[in-house]
Amino acid sequence: MSIKSYREATFDAMKEEMIRDGTVYAIAEDINGNGGTHGRYTGLGEAIGDPGRVIDAPISEAIIVGSAVGAAMSGLRPIVDLRFSNCIPCAMDEIVNQAAKSRYMFGGQAKVPMVIRAPDGILKMQGAHHTDCLEAWFTHVPGLQVVVPSTPAEGKGLLKTAIRNDNPVLFFEHKKLMAMTGEVPEEDYTIPFGKARVVREGRDVSVIVYGIMVSRALEAAEKLAAEGIDAEIIDLRTLSPWDREAVLASVKKTGRAVVAHEAVRQSGFGAEISATIAEEAFGALKAPVIRIGAPFVPIPMAPNLEDLCRVLPENIYEGVHRALGRQSDR
Amino acid sequence: MKVSKEQALKFYETMCLIREFETSVKHDFLNGEIPGFVHLYIGEEAVATGICAALDDTDYIESTHRGHGHCIAKGADIDRMMAEIFGKKTGLCKGKGGSMHIADFSVGMLGANGVVGGGYNLAAGAALANKMILKNDRVSVVFFGDGASNRGTFHEAANVSSAWKLPTIFVNEMNQWASTTPYETTTAVKDISDRAKGYHMPAVIADGKNVFEVYAAAVEAVERARAGEGPTFIECKTFRVEGHFVGDPELYRTREYVKENAALNDPLTWFDRTMTRKNGYIDGVIEPQELEAVRAAAKEKIVKAKEFAMSSEYPDPDQYTADLYL
Amino acid sequence: MVLFTRQELLTHYETMVKIRKFDLEAKRAREANEILGNVHVYVGEEAIAAGVCANLERKDCIESTHRGHGHTIAKGADINAMMAELYGKATGCCHGKGGSQHIADFSVGMLGANGIVGGGYGPAVGAALAARILKTGAISVVFFGDGAANRGTFHEAANIAAAYRLPVIFVCENNTWACATPSEVGHTQSVTEISRRAIGYDMASCVVNGNDFFAVYEGMKKLAERARGGEGNRCGILECQTWRPLGHVIGDTQPYRDAREAWARMCADDCIENYERRCIAEGWLEKKDFEEIQDRVEKMIRDAKQFAVDSPYPDASELTTDLYD
Repeated sequence: MSIKSYREATFDAMKEEMIRDGTVYAIAEDINGNGGTHGRYTGLGEAIGDPGRVIDAPISEAIIVGSAVGAAMSGLRPIVDLRFSNCIPCAMDEIVNQAAKSRYMFGGQAKVPMVIRAPDGILKMQGAHHTDCLEAWFTHVPGLQVVVPSTPAEGKGLLKTAIRNDNPVLFFEHKKLMAMTGEVPEEDYTIPFGKARVVREGRDVSVIVYGIMVSRALEAAEKLAAEGIDAEIIDLRTLSPWDREAVLASVKKTGRAVVAHEAVRQSGFGAEISATIAEEAFGALKAPVIRIGAPFVPIPMAPNLEDLCRVLPENIYEGVHRALGRQSDR
Repeated sequence: MKVSKEQALKFYETMCLIREFETSVKHDFLNGEIPGFVHLYIGEEAVATGICAALDDTDYIESTHRGHGHCIAKGADIDRMMAEIFGKKTGLCKGKGGSMHIADFSVGMLGANGVVGGGYNLAAGAALANKMILKNDRVSVVFFGDGASNRGTFHEAANVSSAWKLPTIFVNEMNQWASTTPYETTTAVKDISDRAKGYHMPAVIADGKNVFEVYAAAVEAVERARAGEGPTFIECKTFRVEGHFVGDPELYRTREYVKENAALNDPLTWFDRTMTRKNGYIDGVIEPQELEAVRAAAKEKIVKAKEFAMSSEYPDPDQYTADLYL
Repeated sequence: MVLFTRQELLTHYETMVKIRKFDLEAKRAREANEILGNVHVYVGEEAIAAGVCANLERKDCIESTHRGHGHTIAKGADINAMMAELYGKATGCCHGKGGSQHIADFSVGMLGANGIVGGGYGPAVGAALAARILKTGAISVVFFGDGAANRGTFHEAANIAAAYRLPVIFVCENNTWACATPSEVGHTQSVTEISRRAIGYDMASCVVNGNDFFAVYEGMKKLAERARGGEGNRCGILECQTWRPLGHVIGDTQPYRDAREAWARMCADDCIENYERRCIAEGWLEKKDFEEIQDRVEKMIRDAKQFAVDSPYPDASELTTDLYD
């Protein structure tokens, strides 16, 4: 084990996989100029002894993703970095129609192993075009997989799995993760998709979260514990596929559920979780599922307005109280 | 093309306002007073100035993430621009847009855009509305960089603008840097304007530090557009002096390289040097003290704008759902 | 001028006749509702697929359009499996899941027809990039129409192919019709010759008569040699000027033009008849050579149709297979 930042841990994932497998390559804008998104590709070419597999791209999201699909169908394993989740709509056809569907509609002839990394989420006043959390869009597309890591160790293991996986993967990483540090195993390890982890066991309420919300939920849990409320926290890790069994087992144990994400509440992935709990664990529920997400607005720039769009530990804390039938201002 | 001394001084005033505005914003950002992202237009002032000087208030421009210069040149209120960058409710977008999404529709500035290459189709749409439905002679200008010229959205907007003879003017600010990437590594042609041939679009290359040359190209393009003759491609050769954004450590180029190219391409230095001697752009010369006075006045305006911004309030919390739907 | 052997001439003719008869049968079957869904036939444009693919090796990749049967046949796919695919049968090359618009045969380097206009440029560029990284020496071809030429994806693919010096040939099948819209300057096009755009990427380009197999072949040969030989920035645009004689899709009643005139125009400049005339005039082949091939292919198509009709549909359990690996 060693302490690493999320950036370092995921760099290691890419480096190890690219040394292990000569068909893995990375492509993104500014990848040579400033190491790409958050500088996380800096030195990668040298580290693997093959700078030719770290490709600097023009500002052309459609061709960056589209060419990755073609390269994947031709035997390579591209890692695409789109810089911001808001750049994804520039390549929607390439992701939704080309990457997602080729294997199925060609009767199994095509294999599209590719990873699209996209930082997302609210940092500080970056405005409407640089802040969206879009993971729910892609959980709605058969053929894609959606991964949302929560810590450096999780990021490394999940990214390795994503690279080895033979299907197109959307890999959403909250910007606040970049600077997060944590213990990361030294050995070669992967984390399977569709397998949630129980971060904190509890009796009173199931808090179902992913990505940056995991650390915020832990913070809320500490405050709740001081009040004698024992929260169980589940980190979904992946949203497509997602670990229904783990969530349902937890809710059947606690009888109460709180789902939280930074993405807009309306039609967010929380809706899928809530509906599933209602369909398959209705009898175990002592209260309606509480869903927490951002309000239905583009993220405004003014700091006080932007703050109204954040989902923070206190929102989860209040959500738990509502699940327990206690009054809350929010 | 010769202009009056007054016009020349007006050009200078606009360029100074942009330079002083950007310098102030850079300073405040580095001081931590402005968070978020800020992309400066320093070194490119003659392009926005020359182009917008050929437009009326009722003409439109679509801008980029590097939009302050376009906004100022189009005539937006400087105080409200500054307030917007600080996120205040007195800002042009009531504090909701910030630097990268700044806009002033009242002077036809349809917005900066956080998506590189996001503005072409909006500009073509405005041109279409005016020519084909409203049947007036308003013109649409879209500014874009060398990086953005590789976006597929350019291609689609250029094709329809030419096919339908839309009054769209494509202004390529060839500042040689697409974020951290020198343009020649991801573009196979030296002159982006070569691409205009693929749409039967007339093209002209202008020296981006020479405001008169830019202006002359713009005047001709606007005349063509108003006459219903369709789009024009104006490539302005310039140089991006600052990093991609304020705070960019610029590890991809040396200080010496920047200094040398900034000096070679500085539009204000060029103007100072050229106007104080006999030249082919105005009758007579402009005295150095006249230029200094304009510069000082511009600086004063920016100081006042900052005071306005600092003294303004942030938006009321209940405003966060306002302006979503009509 | 290129000189062909007798066998080569017969092979190229057979390719074009296969395409013609396959698609006339597809048209008939669709009109009779024996096949359902969207079927876009390649009738009249056979010389392009045949002339281009005659310059390709098995390892070279092609990306196709919604009008992809001709490309698939020319690249060497199995006719029976193709016909079965149109019928949605389990024995189809995509196990019945793709149909006409998404037909593919990866075993011969045919990376798929595409229901998205302009969807093929990116994958073609990617295949060329993979070929370089994997050092296979393969080149990529992407077919596209005059309509698709205006998708932004063309611009991005052309720029990156040129900037990275990738061996991609962009083959424009300028048949002057984008669905129901004529490709006219002032209408939806800013230029009549799409290949003009090559200037903006410093690419080689060539305009040929798409109804003349030999012209297409020669044009493609020049560009393919450049692509393989690593000369210049290696990519190029081959514009093949032709005509679409039938509606956009089978069932299109063509209210936008005189259907009879449209068909007659093709008949007056039929690429297959042009080929026959040339071969006879040059003394390369005789009428009976053509008749023999016509008869043999006729039987092939009948057999393919029977194969398709006799094949089962995929089992219901196949709904969720081939989604993930």
